[in-house]
Amino acid sequence: MNRVKAYAEWLIFGAVVLVLAVLVPGLLSDFRLGLLGKFLAFAVLALGMDLVWGYTGMLSLGHGVFFGLGAYAMAMHLKLEVGNAGNFGTDLPDFMFWNGVTELPWFWQPFHYFGFTLAMVFVAPGLLAFVLGWLTFRNRIRGVYFSLLTQALAIVFVTLFIGQQGYTGGTNGITDFRTILGFDLSSAATQKGLYEATVVCLALSYLFCRWLTGGAMGKVLAAIRDDEVRVRFAGYDPAAYKVFIFTVSACLAGLAGALFVPQVGIISPTTMGIVPSIEIVIWVAVGGRGTLVGAILGAVLVNAAKSFFSESFPDFWLYLQGSLFLGTVLFLPLGIVGFFQQWFAPKPTEETEQEVEAVREGVKL
Amino acid sequence: MERRKLLKLTAAAGVGAVVGPQILVRASLPVYAQGSTVKVGILHSLSGTLAISEVSLKDVELMAIEEINKAGGLLGKQIEPVIEDGASDWPNFAEKAKKLIEKDKVATVFGCWTSASRKAVLPVFEKLDHQLWYPVQYEGLECSKNIFYTGAAPNQQIEPAVTWLLKNKGKKMYLLGSDYVFPRTANAIIKSQLKKEGGTLVGEEYTPLGATEYNTIISKIKAAKPDSIFSTLNGDSNVAFYKQLKDAGITAKEIPVMAVSVAEDEMRGIGGKTALGHYAAWNYFQSVDTPANQAFVKKFKAKFGKDRVTDDPIEAAYIAVQLWAMAVKKAKSFDINKVRLAAYGLSLDAPEGRVTMNTNNHIFKTVRIGEILADGQFKVVYATPQPVKPEPWTPLIPTPFKGCDWTKGGNIKASLDSRDSSVALTLP
Amino acid sequence: METVVTQLFNGLSTGSILVLVALGLAITFGLMGVINMAHGELLMVGAYVTYLSQNFFTAYAPQYQGWAFVVALPLAFGVAGLVGFLLEWSVIRFLYGRSLETLLATWGVSLIFQQLFRNLFGANNVDVQSPSWLEGGIALGDGLQFPFRRLFIILLAGLCVGGAYWFLNNTPWGLRIRAVTQNREMSACLGISTRRVDAFTFALGSGLAGIAGCAVSLLGSVGPSSGLNYIVDAFMVVILGGVGKIFGAVAGGVALGEAKTFLEFLTSSSLATALVFSLIILFLQIRPAGIFPQKGRGVDL
Repeated sequence: MNRVKAYAEWLIFGAVVLVLAVLVPGLLSDFRLGLLGKFLAFAVLALGMDLVWGYTGMLSLGHGVFFGLGAYAMAMHLKLEVGNAGNFGTDLPDFMFWNGVTELPWFWQPFHYFGFTLAMVFVAPGLLAFVLGWLTFRNRIRGVYFSLLTQALAIVFVTLFIGQQGYTGGTNGITDFRTILGFDLSSAATQKGLYEATVVCLALSYLFCRWLTGGAMGKVLAAIRDDEVRVRFAGYDPAAYKVFIFTVSACLAGLAGALFVPQVGIISPTTMGIVPSIEIVIWVAVGGRGTLVGAILGAVLVNAAKSFFSESFPDFWLYLQGSLFLGTVLFLPLGIVGFFQQWFAPKPTEETEQEVEAVREGVKL
Repeated sequence: MERRKLLKLTAAAGVGAVVGPQILVRASLPVYAQGSTVKVGILHSLSGTLAISEVSLKDVELMAIEEINKAGGLLGKQIEPVIEDGASDWPNFAEKAKKLIEKDKVATVFGCWTSASRKAVLPVFEKLDHQLWYPVQYEGLECSKNIFYTGAAPNQQIEPAVTWLLKNKGKKMYLLGSDYVFPRTANAIIKSQLKKEGGTLVGEEYTPLGATEYNTIISKIKAAKPDSIFSTLNGDSNVAFYKQLKDAGITAKEIPVMAVSVAEDEMRGIGGKTALGHYAAWNYFQSVDTPANQAFVKKFKAKFGKDRVTDDPIEAAYIAVQLWAMAVKKAKSFDINKVRLAAYGLSLDAPEGRVTMNTNNHIFKTVRIGEILADGQFKVVYATPQPVKPEPWTPLIPTPFKGCDWTKGGNIKASLDSRDSSVALTLP
Repeated sequence: METVVTQLFNGLSTGSILVLVALGLAITFGLMGVINMAHGELLMVGAYVTYLSQNFFTAYAPQYQGWAFVVALPLAFGVAGLVGFLLEWSVIRFLYGRSLETLLATWGVSLIFQQLFRNLFGANNVDVQSPSWLEGGIALGDGLQFPFRRLFIILLAGLCVGGAYWFLNNTPWGLRIRAVTQNREMSACLGISTRRVDAFTFALGSGLAGIAGCAVSLLGSVGPSSGLNYIVDAFMVVILGGVGKIFGAVAGGVALGEAKTFLEFLTSSSLATALVFSLIILFLQIRPAGIFPQKGRGVDL
């Protein structure tokens, strides 16, 4: 029985990946495909958020920072790859040039190498998350305090990135890229390649998260979410688990940022701020926290809705978005996937009801 | 087992990537005008923090389009605006620009407010070789073939304002700005100008966008005893700054503030009494006395209500639409490049006076300095006798680039050493 | 010396605004555990009431213009309190005990409010003039100036804190609020209607936000999204001071105000912002429960 179920799941997974990778690019216009690529990059980010929030019960309101760090790492590489082919014809990135920076700063130098960049996409956000998590969780700061601290983190980073205009591009951020690994970013074929890369990364991230949450680890995480004190009394060290999962989540966010930049063509400090960080939470909430499929679905659906509604009714988008948050929290606390899981559940045994209750209660202060 | 499957999947995905695109053959020629209408894009923030400024631009652009449609449209076609919300978010601006060009196939786009949003869409417009009309004064140091700038370049706003201050108010200047690109670049220009014209810099401060506390800054200003403050503050911060400056007992007589981002629209939130006697430098004020302006203000108020005011960016957005329409008529085509070439040299009796499109995609504009009155309007205290030639590359910031003449089809690199020598336009 | 005095005053003034803004939060967040992200919009409700009151007096009783602000204060308290009451009744009461979900839901509420303000009052900031009796200030010697508006705000903050403290400690309603905060089940058993106490407490916190809105309209902008400028600072004040204590908010507000002002004086405004928040992150590592931690016997916060 379980074996059949496992095979069925693999089959569905394979089919979805195939559809996304092979069928969809043929059906959508270049513009729509680019949008979908962006949404799928966001889905990787949502997976990371789901790990810390859905599975472990820590609401991070600063995930935009980790996304931003990954994105900036990639943007720095792409900017250096432009070389002197840019509008200004100098070897320096254009914004340094008009900010009076005459020499490439030392910390920009290694970003000439793609390998180093790729490493930094994971290391920079991961390290920051590790340090912050280690400090915070060791001191048993949790719940709302943790959320507000991550919010402060977002403000610190946004302010610093804006202030260091000569090195980061200020509010404008970094933009106007030409090529990636020699491929022309403006060509449809390159964009398609990036889309495929995003699909592959998303699939791999999903499998990784699946593996991570499926085993003993996942059980400990859920236990931490539901009653951290009891976990501690049971002899586990919740702090170690939390630091680990927070770091992993930040790395996924960094990967999402790196996928986002070449497709969208810009990264700026606003993307790291408080509002985008809260939006990430909303994706996961709408899709269904504590389920990986929910996180992916939420990211794609909410962003597609945003794209559609702001195209069709720009004035009403805020009302709709606000109602979406309210409606989800009040009427669909487990999100779309959670709702359907309940709907299709064969019969609600006492065990599942308890589980549902546990998830509901899990986010207590 | 699983791993092998995964490898296969990945391989399949790779094959799909190569084969997928070949399946569909798409028409690649843009069709601007099918049927009886021609689409144009309008791309402003209608939500988020910048909606405060940009909604008015959208309104006036629609008004200009409506006027043209009423007068029979363009080349026999009615203009159909496609409005997009940039939502004060730069990546979103890039996405919407792409959408307007690729999906809606618009003939041109009017839009953006901040430099950040312009920088975000610039690569999109350049790559797709399309056209943006940008209606706001900015920091210069840019000259794209695909953007027409109908707001002021630094030498049409900042530089004359500094010269005027040094001449009329004294040599010691304090620079205060919001922490983003325009103020920092503007202040770099001003500092270089101060050196050249014998002024002294007594302080320079930047505050985060949306800052609401200015008491420490004002203490610093008091200690520095400047003759004038040059303010590049933006948005909400202006309200807080003027209110708290007045509280601290500093009047416009003692230390006048010269602002370059405070216009009539912003004055509605600040209050004329609060900022009484301070100054702003623009190309246009609602109080400018030209027949074209009287008609413009009348139309604007009739359409949007007596309480609404016009200001410089609103006027620049209005003339952007008109200049485009004139260029289309002259080119007898909606083709991007034909329209662009036709635009050069076009003159228009705009509300601000006569404007002329230069070959560097910027326009000749009259520079004015206005004093804030109690009702939030400005009294013009200085105006250049003639429209000033636009210089996106100010000589005050050392760059290897001097001019850019797009009639020669050249890029910036090609015109490195020919500073404006090829700009052969004379004032009509 | 003069600089030090000026800076101390500036810090106190900045701090008093933070205290005013955070006071309502100290009640809704500190006592009830509700993370109200729409607090900034409640602030703007108060500010818009001030604006409407000013317009009303200009139109119908211009000779009594000076009273517009005086009338606006209780009115803002009432209107914001009413809005808060409705918010509690329609949304918050379903979410008690789930703090993080109140955060998400009230964020949605805040977006709706912003768009509502935009549709009602326009996207632009509105012009709120302070009454003429608050113009000017006390000048002491050369260069020392204490503006009346700032003195007034410090006074107002003091009154509100004192009032809230007195109310919570000396009235039957205050007693009930404290009882419900400490032990909800026990209070319910003793016959206190916890529903009504919840609604009342939330309305009280919202009303205080309305008063704070009047105060910030004297110094800053009043627009659809102006409330956002205050919300994060306000939360920092509450967690810095220690949740659940009125005086925590005072200590947190003044500490934050002074720190910000002095750092800004020594460095720059942007750097000061980044430094202050970094310091808060570090401070909470040492004292996770803030300056005045709540005493209790639980193993957890």
